[in-house]
Amino acid sequence: MTKAAPRAERQEFTSLDDIAVKLAPRARRIRQLSIASIFHAGSGHPGGALSAADMLASLYGAELNVSPASFGKTPDNARDRFILSKGHAAPALYAAGAEFGFVKPASLKDLRRYGSLLQGHPHVADTPFAETSTGSLGQGFSVAIGAALGLRHQGLSARSYAMLGDGEMQEGEVWEGAMCAAHHRLDNLCALVDYNKLQSDDFNARIMGLEPLGDKWRAFGWHVIEINGHEIKQIIAALTEAGNTKDRPSVIIAHTIKGKGVSYMENGPLWHGSVKLSEDDTRRALSDLGLDKGEIDRWIHGDIR
Amino acid sequence: MAISVETHKPQLIGSAGDSLREAFGKALTEAAEFRPDVVVLDADIAGGTGLHHFRAKYPDRFFQFGIAEQNMMAVAGGLAATGLTPFVTTFAVFCLRAIEQARLSIAYAKRNVKIVASHPGLDVGPDGASAQCLEDLAAFRAIPGMTVISPADPAEMAAAARAVMDHHGPLYMRTGRSPAKRLFDDDHVFEIGKGQIIRDGRDLTIVACGVEVARALEAADLLTSTRVSARVVNMATIKPIDRALLARCAEETGAFVTAEDHNILGGLGAAVAEALARTRPCPIEFIGVDDVFGQSGDPSVLAEAYGLGASSIAAAAERVLRRKRGDAHVH
Repeated sequence: MTKAAPRAERQEFTSLDDIAVKLAPRARRIRQLSIASIFHAGSGHPGGALSAADMLASLYGAELNVSPASFGKTPDNARDRFILSKGHAAPALYAAGAEFGFVKPASLKDLRRYGSLLQGHPHVADTPFAETSTGSLGQGFSVAIGAALGLRHQGLSARSYAMLGDGEMQEGEVWEGAMCAAHHRLDNLCALVDYNKLQSDDFNARIMGLEPLGDKWRAFGWHVIEINGHEIKQIIAALTEAGNTKDRPSVIIAHTIKGKGVSYMENGPLWHGSVKLSEDDTRRALSDLGLDKGEIDRWIHGDIR
Repeated sequence: MAISVETHKPQLIGSAGDSLREAFGKALTEAAEFRPDVVVLDADIAGGTGLHHFRAKYPDRFFQFGIAEQNMMAVAGGLAATGLTPFVTTFAVFCLRAIEQARLSIAYAKRNVKIVASHPGLDVGPDGASAQCLEDLAAFRAIPGMTVISPADPAEMAAAARAVMDHHGPLYMRTGRSPAKRLFDDDHVFEIGKGQIIRDGRDLTIVACGVEVARALEAADLLTSTRVSARVVNMATIKPIDRALLARCAEETGAFVTAEDHNILGGLGAAVAEALARTRPCPIEFIGVDDVFGQSGDPSVLAEAYGLGASSIAAAAERVLRRKRGDAHVH
């Protein structure tokens, strides 16, 4: 089995601009596939899937040293680990999986269906590239800490990444983990916060305020990088900076827009929760996301490629 | 003269003597010598769980998490995902605090993590109800794929430590706080999933685990005075329960008393009843804490007060025998 190449060597990119140009369409496709799978499922969380898409495209497209071969019969233990701790954004993870070859695009129409490998929240036994099972907030972050500790303990240079939601940071476990990762000086760990400012019922600030968020992480001993989470150049630069930061873990606080890319969803709390997308909703969303009419027709009829 | 911090040291009441926690800590430390994949996770309590032995011998394989069990439990899932064999160690009651992490990040994710809990049951004694975990067997037993074990004496604990290390899959094991009575020889054989008849008898079977095994043997002695022949089964594995042995005992003795240092609801007694109800139903009496919280006190005093002592087991045996004979109005 061939091991995935380290992130620096594998890149076919010439510059940050080149990365942004090449990954933007893949981020768009992650959004399109997320919407299509939620439509076919009849339920799912579109808002937080769309806000995470640019980071997922950047991670799988230019950062993680993983490939489908990493999850073969003998998994490559030297692979990077990426864990979607905000497990309700599973449609975006599966869409990224389809875009980068970890799951078949055709399987996306079976999201959340009985017997499907694509469970409502990521499940490692069904989708090994998910790395663990998430869906209860806070836990994926701790698992990523464990992976970072385990990799370092075994002398492996691979890195561990976790994407957290902003509402997720109301879980006490996150701060147990933040203290722990800094104490153990896990500089092979990078957390990404999808800071779209909205959670299930309302704005974070009205449910349980998080600010000053950067100061909180800094006070816990983390290297903090704040970026626009929809600017791929900024995402890549932040991941690189995190990789170069020694003796402490890094957190990328990515300011994002919930529902990014779909006109009627952007910044609307209603589209956080598990919602049913009508065919009209779906056509409008896919059109907003730049999918052409013929393709939209095919996808609506379950022919997702 | 001022009292010096250097010379005036408190008498520490840590993990000492012939307790199950000490036996576990020593046995794992010995067994893990040639298993570099075995790592221990602690939440500032290794002095009490017996894992101070492991910390002293393998400091680089001992990870400290502070007083934060939820993170520790899920971190274990992540360590296991990199091929290590983590032992999460804390008090039983704090495992309850992190049970959802055990459920999702260990059991559902199918991780090879061992959760080893000291300080179960009324055996905790003077610390009182907050620390006396009477719910863990029920709670962990209800998690799919989770093996649940409660050995009876230091020799069995040592054998169990090795078996648990070699077992693949999520597992919860109770140790114990107080000095434990020696029941078995050092060459005691322990196999996960197998109960053992440790005293034969024909009138009824007492099925026990943990500290109650010693009391069950005492009860069997007491019963000889009324010419009752009680069989005693050490059921160290609560899940998966040894159905074949239970069916055989049902066939041969036709009545049961179960005994555990745990709430009567959901633990060993429930596991035995569930198994027998589906194979060979027969009268069962349950010895355990009757759905109340404990309180401070010496463990032996608590055992008597809450009906876990040998005389209570013997009385339950007499009751179940009257039911077996079909006597009316047995209570």
